[in-house]
Amino acid sequence: MSDAVSALNGATYNGFVTVTELGLRGMITLRGDLSSAGVKNAAIGVTGVDMPGQRQVHTVKESGLAWMSPDELLVMTPYAEVGDKLAQIDKLLKGKHYLAVNVSDARAMFRIEGAGVREVMAKLCPVDMAPDAFTPGVFRRTRMAQIPAAIWMPSDDAVQIICFRSVADYAFGLLKDAAEPGSEVGLFA
Amino acid sequence: MSTRLATGGRLLETGRAVNFTFNGKRLTGYEGDTLASALLANDQMLVGRSFKYHRPRGIVASGGEEPNALVGLGTGARFEPNQRATTTELFDGLTATSQNHWPSLEFDVGAVNSKLGRFLTAGFYYKTFISPRPFWKHIYEPIIRQSAGLGKAPKDRDEDKYEHFYAFVDVVIIGGGVAGLQAARAAGQAGAKVLLMEQTAHWGGRAPVDGGSVNGQPVDKFVDEIVSELETMDNVTLRTRMMGAGVYDHGYVLGYERVNDHQPDAPGPRHRLWRIRAGQIVTATGAIERPLSFAGNDIPGVMLASAVRDYAVNYGVSIGDRTVVVTNNDDAYLTAITLKNMGLDVPVILDARAGGGGALADQARDLGIRVENGKGIAKVLGGKRVSGVAVCAQAGEGAVVEEIECDAVAMSGGWSPVVHLWSHCGGKLIWDDAQAHFRPDVDKAPTGAQGEAFVAVAGTANGHLDLAAVLADADAVGKAAAKATGFNPKRKAAPVAEATQAAPVEAIWLMPQGAGINLRMKSWLDYQNDVKVSDVQLAAREGFESVEHAKRYTTLGMATDQGKLSNINGLAILSDALNQPIPQTGTTTFRPPYTPISLSAIAGQARGEIFQPIRKTPMHSWHQENGAHFEPVGQWRRPYCYLQSGESTKTAVHREITQTRNSLALLDASTLGKIIVKGPDAGKFLDMLYTNMMSTLKPGKCRYGLMCSENGFLMDDGVVARIDDDTFLCHTTTGGAESIHGHMEEWLQTEWWDWKVYTANVTEQYAQIAVVGPNARKVLEKLTQDDISADALAFMSFADITLAGIKARAYRISFSGELSYEIAVSASEGRALWDKLLEAGAEFDVTTYGTEGLHVMRAEKGFIMIGDETDGTVIPQDLNMQWAISKKKDDYLGKRAQERSHMTDPTRWKLVGLETTDGSVLPEGAYATAPGTNANGQRNTQGRVTSTYHSPTLGKGIAMALVLNGPDRMGETLEFPKVDGTVVTAKIVDPIFYDKDGEKQNV
Amino acid sequence: MLILTCPSCGVTGEETEFHAGGEAHIKRFGPGSDDDQFHSYLFAKENPKGVHFERWRHNNGCGKWFHAARDTMTLEVFGTYPAQTLEPPKQIRDKITAKHPGWKWREFS
Repeated sequence: MSDAVSALNGATYNGFVTVTELGLRGMITLRGDLSSAGVKNAAIGVTGVDMPGQRQVHTVKESGLAWMSPDELLVMTPYAEVGDKLAQIDKLLKGKHYLAVNVSDARAMFRIEGAGVREVMAKLCPVDMAPDAFTPGVFRRTRMAQIPAAIWMPSDDAVQIICFRSVADYAFGLLKDAAEPGSEVGLFA
Repeated sequence: MSTRLATGGRLLETGRAVNFTFNGKRLTGYEGDTLASALLANDQMLVGRSFKYHRPRGIVASGGEEPNALVGLGTGARFEPNQRATTTELFDGLTATSQNHWPSLEFDVGAVNSKLGRFLTAGFYYKTFISPRPFWKHIYEPIIRQSAGLGKAPKDRDEDKYEHFYAFVDVVIIGGGVAGLQAARAAGQAGAKVLLMEQTAHWGGRAPVDGGSVNGQPVDKFVDEIVSELETMDNVTLRTRMMGAGVYDHGYVLGYERVNDHQPDAPGPRHRLWRIRAGQIVTATGAIERPLSFAGNDIPGVMLASAVRDYAVNYGVSIGDRTVVVTNNDDAYLTAITLKNMGLDVPVILDARAGGGGALADQARDLGIRVENGKGIAKVLGGKRVSGVAVCAQAGEGAVVEEIECDAVAMSGGWSPVVHLWSHCGGKLIWDDAQAHFRPDVDKAPTGAQGEAFVAVAGTANGHLDLAAVLADADAVGKAAAKATGFNPKRKAAPVAEATQAAPVEAIWLMPQGAGINLRMKSWLDYQNDVKVSDVQLAAREGFESVEHAKRYTTLGMATDQGKLSNINGLAILSDALNQPIPQTGTTTFRPPYTPISLSAIAGQARGEIFQPIRKTPMHSWHQENGAHFEPVGQWRRPYCYLQSGESTKTAVHREITQTRNSLALLDASTLGKIIVKGPDAGKFLDMLYTNMMSTLKPGKCRYGLMCSENGFLMDDGVVARIDDDTFLCHTTTGGAESIHGHMEEWLQTEWWDWKVYTANVTEQYAQIAVVGPNARKVLEKLTQDDISADALAFMSFADITLAGIKARAYRISFSGELSYEIAVSASEGRALWDKLLEAGAEFDVTTYGTEGLHVMRAEKGFIMIGDETDGTVIPQDLNMQWAISKKKDDYLGKRAQERSHMTDPTRWKLVGLETTDGSVLPEGAYATAPGTNANGQRNTQGRVTSTYHSPTLGKGIAMALVLNGPDRMGETLEFPKVDGTVVTAKIVDPIFYDKDGEKQNV
Repeated sequence: MLILTCPSCGVTGEETEFHAGGEAHIKRFGPGSDDDQFHSYLFAKENPKGVHFERWRHNNGCGKWFHAARDTMTLEVFGTYPAQTLEPPKQIRDKITAKHPGWKWREFS
C-alpha cells in the first residue's frame, strides 16, 4: 500500500475559496435492493452512519453513505480499510443478489472551502446552489462543466466533489478557474 | 459641429478626464461617457463607411440599436471588431479604430460605389456575378470581400477570462427602466426570488431623460428611491451591464454580463454568461425609435430625436448648433424643447401630421420654436455633414418650398416596442394600428414545461408609451409574475404618474408621401447594409413577397444590428409595394441573441487547459517525461509512440515493434474498458450481449467475444474473464467503456428488468500494463513468488498474484501475438508497478510501445480493430468470424438482423489480407477498382482497405481489406488508384501474416 | 433547453444532464419474427407533431432510464415515469386527454 498515490497527490490551490484534492479515500460501489434488511445492515454496519434517503448523504469523518440511485449506494471509508470493509459486506450479503466493488482508485475527491463555495459550484454545475435549495446533507450527481460529478456540502462553507480519476486534472483546473480571485459573483453573499 | 456643452451631463463625472484614441488620434472624454458621446464631444461626427457604397456614416442612435458606429476596439490579444460605440463605456487608454474604409475614413476609394448606386441595387451580386461560374470564386468574390464588409477578424488569441454562471430564480426581469424596476418591486414584495438585469450601467432607462413626475416627485428621484429599496431586499438581485440575450424553452434565459469591459485591467472575467432558469420571465425592454425615410437620411448629423436628447441630457453633448426636428409623433418635441432650454437653436419642427402635435407642440411654440404641420424633408443637404434641409409638403412629391440651414437633424418615425425577447420562444405579436407598431399579443405568450405562459411583458415593451400607463402595467405584471410562481402579491397601489396629452402618431413610411425614384434611391432603410426604399420596392416587383425572402434578397435587417432600426420601416414599404396590410406581411423571425454577444462568453471557461476534459492514465506523467508522442483516443491521450533522440515517429514505431518481438516491452493498457457484470443471470445476460457463448466459460478463464448492436453490426470486442460463478469482467475497447456500460444498463433497465444482474464500470479502478515479448515471463518471475508458468497460468486464463509487493491480477491474453501478460493493479499503484517493471526489465533491454506499435502488431497477426475493420456497417460474418458466433444460442442482440437478406448476401465484401507487389504501403481507405463505371460515371469498386501499415517484422507494406469474394480469390492482384493518379497493385493473401499457428503467444 | 424530472432520483434538471433515447414502449422482435415485424421493430418509428412518448436516460445523474410523455410542438411535458413498464400510467394519459381530447399514439389513447 505504501506505493499508492491519488490522482493529484493532494494538490491545493488558494483562490477566493481553497481547493484541495483529498488524497486517497476508500469508496465502494454497493448495488442491491436498498430497502432490504441485508443491504441496509451491511451498509450501516461497515460505516456506522444511518441509511441515507433519496439524494442524501451521511458522513462521519471519512466514513459515510451516499445515495447514488434507487439501487446503488456509495460506501465511503478510510482508504486502508477498503479491503476489510469489502470482505465484511461480502460476508454479510453472502447468498444475496448484490454487487460490491472497490472503486477507490477510480475516483478523485476534492474539497473546496470558504464563503464562496456555492458560487464556485454554480459556475460549473447546472444546479441551484442557493442556500435554501442546496443544504448540507443533499447529495447531487450532476454535470460539472463537461464531466459527471457528485457533490455535497459537509457544512455551509464547504463542498466535496467526486469525479473520475482520469479527469482529476481537468476537475482541478475547473475549480481553480472558478475560484480565481476577482471572479466572485456576489449572488449568495 | 457637435460639441460638449458647459452644462455637463447627467451621467458625467466632469472632474475626471479620460484619454482615448480614435484612429490613432488622441482625444479626451469624461468618466461616464460612452465612446459615442466622447467622439461626438470631440466633433468626430464621421465614424464609419457603409457596407456597400462606402458612404460616410455618423452615429444615429445612443444605444444597442446603433447600426453605424461600429469600431474595432483594443489591440493585439484584446482586439475586437464590430463593437458599438454607443454601448462602449469610455475608459482610460481605450483605443478604437473605424472600419470598412480604404485608405482612410476621410478619403475612401470605395465611395465610388456610391456613384454606381443605380447599378448596385437589391440582388445585384446574385444577378451580376453568377456567370461565368469560375469567375465567382477567383475574381468577384475576392474583390467583393476586399471592398464590402465589416471589421477584421482578430489575429491573436483572446487573453481574457470568461465564465458561465447558473442561476435559478422565480422571476427574472429584463430591463432596468422604470417598468422593470416597478415590476421587480411588485414581485419582490410578494416574496419571489427576483433577478433584475439592465444592459447599461444605469437604472431608469429613458425616463430620467424624458422627464415626468411620479407620486408627485421628479422621475429620476423615483428611480433612485426604488433602486435603494430594491437593494435592501434579500430576495432581489440587481445586475447592471447585463443584457437579456435570449429567451429559450422552459424558462431558460441567457444573461450576458459585461463584467470588466469598462475596466479591462481589473481582475476577474471580462464577460460572464448567466444561464438562468426562471419560473416567469418579464421583458421590460422598452422601445426603439424609428428613423424616417427621406432622401439623405444617412448623412452624418441626421440622428434619432431621442438620441439627440440623450446626448444632450446624459452627456452634455450637442449634435449641432442648429437642429431641425422632423417627426410624425409628439415625442420628438421633447428633443426640441430640451435643446431650446439648453440655449441651442431649433430653426423648425417639421411635423408630418397635417393636424400637428398635442400639448408638447404648444409648449414648443410657447418657447418660440417654429412648428410646421404637414411638412417634411424633401432631402438633406450636405455630404459628410448636414448643411441644411430642403422642406416640402408631406402630402406631395417633394417640391421644395424652402431650404433651411442647419447642422443636425433630429428625426422620429414613432416607437417600436422591443419585442425580441418576447418573440424568441414563440410569443406572438399584434399590429397596433393606432400606435403604428407591433406589440406583444399578451394572450399568446410562449408556453413552458407545464403548458403555462412563462413570458410576460411590461411597460413600453408592452406598447404603453405613457409613463402613467407604464407604471400601472409594470406593477400589475410584476404581481402576476409573483403569483404565477406561487407567491401572494401585496395589495399595494402602483405608483402614479402624471398622464400626458399626446396627439396620436401618424404612420409615415416615406417622406414625402409621393417621393420619386431619385429621392427613394437616397432614402435609407437599413444604414448598416445599405438598403434603400427603392431596393425593397424592387424586391417586391421581382417577386420576393415573403418578408423572409425580401430580407435575404435585399439584406435588409441582416448583420450585427438585425434591423433594429430598419425592419418595421422596411416591411411597411414592402407591404405598400404588395398593396397589403402590414400584419399580413408580418415580421421576420426574432432570434437570439438580442445584440451580438462574444463567442468567448459562450465558450465560458472552456478554453486553454480546460477546453475539454483530457483523460489521463496513472502513468501519464511518465509518458510525458519519456518522449511520448500522444494521440487522442476518445478523450484519452495515449502514447502513439515514444520518441528517443533523433527518431521520427516512423523509426520509433519500428524500434518499438522490433524490440517487442525480440525481447520485452510494456504497453499502458489502462484505458481498456472494464465492466463487472454480476448476478445469478449474468451468464444468460452475457449470452445475449455477445455473439459467443459466455455462460459456459469456466471461472479463471478468459474468452474473446464480439458484441453487436440490435441491427447486427459489430460494435465492440474484448476479452471476458469469469471471476466466479456469478461474476464476469468484460473488457471493452478504449473508446467503448462508457458506451458499452450504457448499452448493458439500457437492456437491463428497459427490456430485461426482471433479470438479476448488476453492472459496474470499473475501468478506472485499474491500471493495466501489458508485459509483452519472449522475455515477458522472465521479467515477471523476477518480481513474484507466484507460479506463472505455462502450466499454472495457461494462455487465456488469469490468476491473482503479488507482483513487486503489489496485489495484481495477471491475464494471459495477447493482442500482439507474443507471449503476453496483462497485469491489472489498483490505479493508485499503477505508476509504482510500471517503474518496477522497467527496472526489472532493464536486463532485457525493455522498451515501451504505443498505440501505433500495438496496431501494427495486431495487423501482423490478423486481429481486427473496432473502428478500422468496422465502421458501423460491418457484421462479424464479413470478417470471417463465424467462429465467434455461437450456433447453439436461440438469440443474441443482432442475431435476427444478421438473418436479413442483405446481411446474408454472398456478395458482401469479406476480410482478406493484402500485400503490395512493390512493398509500399497502401493509402488508408483506398478502393480496389473493378472494370467499368457506375451510373454516375465513376469507376466500379470491388473492395476497400480497412487497415494499412508498414510491417517492420515482414519488411513490407501489409493491409487488411474488405473485398468482393475476397477469401475465394487468394493470390489474385487488385489495383488501388492513389490520389496522385498512380496505381498500386496488391496481392490478396491470408490476413494472418505472422505466426499463423500462434506458437509464440502460447508458450 | 428542456427541463425534465427523473422519476428514479427525483431530480428536476436541465437537458444537459439527460440523454435522449428515442421512442418508448417498443416491443422487441428477435429470432423467429418475420421480416415485417422485425422491420417495424427496428426502423418504423413514430415521429408525431404533438403527443409523443420517449425514452431518456439520466446519464449525468443517477444513470437510470425513464420515459417521458411530451408534446413535440409546445414542448409541454405531461409527465415522466419509470422505464420498467409496458404502458404509460393512467394519470399521465388523463392529463394528455385533458389537453388533447381524442389523442392517439400507437395502441395508446
